[in-house]
Amino acid sequence: MQYALLIYSKPGAAEALDADEREANHREYMDIKKMPAVVGGASLHPVETATTVRVQDGKTLVTDGPFADTKEVFGGFYLVEADDLDQATEIAARIPAARIGGSVEIRPVVVDGA
Amino acid sequence: MLACLIGYFGDFDLAEEAAAEAFAVAAQRWPGTGMPDNPGAWLVTTARHRAIDRLRRDRVLAAKLPLLTEREPHDSGEDAMDGPPIPDERLELVFMCCHPALALEAQVALTLRAVAGLTTEEIARAFLVPAETMKRRLTRAKSKIKVAGIPFGVPAASQLPERLAAVLAVVYLIFNEGYSDANAENSLAAEAIRLGRVVAALLPAEPEVLGLLALMLLHDARREARFDGQDLVLLPDQDQSRWDWRQITEARDLLARAWSARA
Repeated sequence: MQYALLIYSKPGAAEALDADEREANHREYMDIKKMPAVVGGASLHPVETATTVRVQDGKTLVTDGPFADTKEVFGGFYLVEADDLDQATEIAARIPAARIGGSVEIRPVVVDGA
Repeated sequence: MLACLIGYFGDFDLAEEAAAEAFAVAAQRWPGTGMPDNPGAWLVTTARHRAIDRLRRDRVLAAKLPLLTEREPHDSGEDAMDGPPIPDERLELVFMCCHPALALEAQVALTLRAVAGLTTEEIARAFLVPAETMKRRLTRAKSKIKVAGIPFGVPAASQLPERLAAVLAVVYLIFNEGYSDANAENSLAAEAIRLGRVVAALLPAEPEVLGLLALMLLHDARREARFDGQDLVLLPDQDQSRWDWRQITEARDLLARAWSARA
C-alpha cells in the first residue's frame, strides 16, 4: 500500500535547536529518504515563500502566504510503500518534526484501479 | 471463524457475507450428507471460496490476488476439508478493532459488533443512538480499516503494553455503559465481562487483563443489591446476601493470579 506522510512543523521549533541538533535532524531526513520503503518525497521551502492561488468567476487570484494561517506549518512529505498502517507509522515516528512539537499525517494514496 | 476470514481478506463486509453464505450452504447440505469431520475447516474453506467468487465477480480479484497468495503460509491447503483446526484469531481481531487509528467510539462499536457479535440495532440501543447513526459509524470504521490498511494482528512486543491498554480501555468503557443502567436486563455489563474473559483466556499471563476482569466481576457481583427500583442503594446499605459470591470468589482468584504474574 502507498502512504503519503505529510510533515507539519511547529513554527520556530527547528530554529530553537542548536547547530548540532539541526545537523543531526537533517541527516535523519536524508537517511529516511534513502530507505527502500520511501519511494518519493520533497522538502518544501519555508512558509514565507508560499503563494496561494484561487480561481473565482474565471479570475485567477494570487495572494502572498500559505492558504491558511495555521498553528502548524506544512513543510514536506514522503511517499512510502508499506504493508499496513503500522509499518507506515514506524517510518513516520522517525521523522524529526514529530518529536519537536510537530506532527505527521499519514494518508493512504489513491492508486489507479483500486 | 469470522476472525479468520477477516484476517484473510482484510475486509469485514466480505467476511461477514461469505460466512453467512457458508452457514446457509451447510444448513442446506449437512442434514442430507451428514456433518464433515472438521466442520470448522469446512465452513472456513467454503466461505473463502464464496468470497473469492465474489471478488472475481467484482473484477477486483486481479488487484487482491497478490495479497491473497502472500498469506499462503497460514493456509493449510484449500482442498483439505479435514485439515487442522482453524486458528483462533480472535485476539488479532480484538487488536484490530481497538486500533488507535480508529476513533474511540468506533473502536467500541466495532468490538461489540465483530468480537461480541451484537447486532447494529442492539449496539445502537445500548448507547441510545439511532440505528442509522450506529450503522454509519460502523461503516466508516470498516472503511477506514480497509482504505488506511489498519492491520489484523497482535502488535509487536514493543507496542504491546500501549495497545493492550487501549483494548482494556474499550472493554471497561463498555462495562461502564452497562453498569450505570438500572435495567437489570441490560447485557452490556455482561458483554464486557464476556469480552474480558475472551481476552483473559487469550492472554492468561497479563496481570492488567486479569485485574480488569476481576474489577468488572466485583462491580457486577453487586448488581442485584445496587438498585431499589430506579434509586441507587449505597454500598453500606446493600443487602450482601444478594451479592453474587461466586463472582466475588472468582475475582479474588484472578487477583491472586494477577499479583503473582506481576512478580
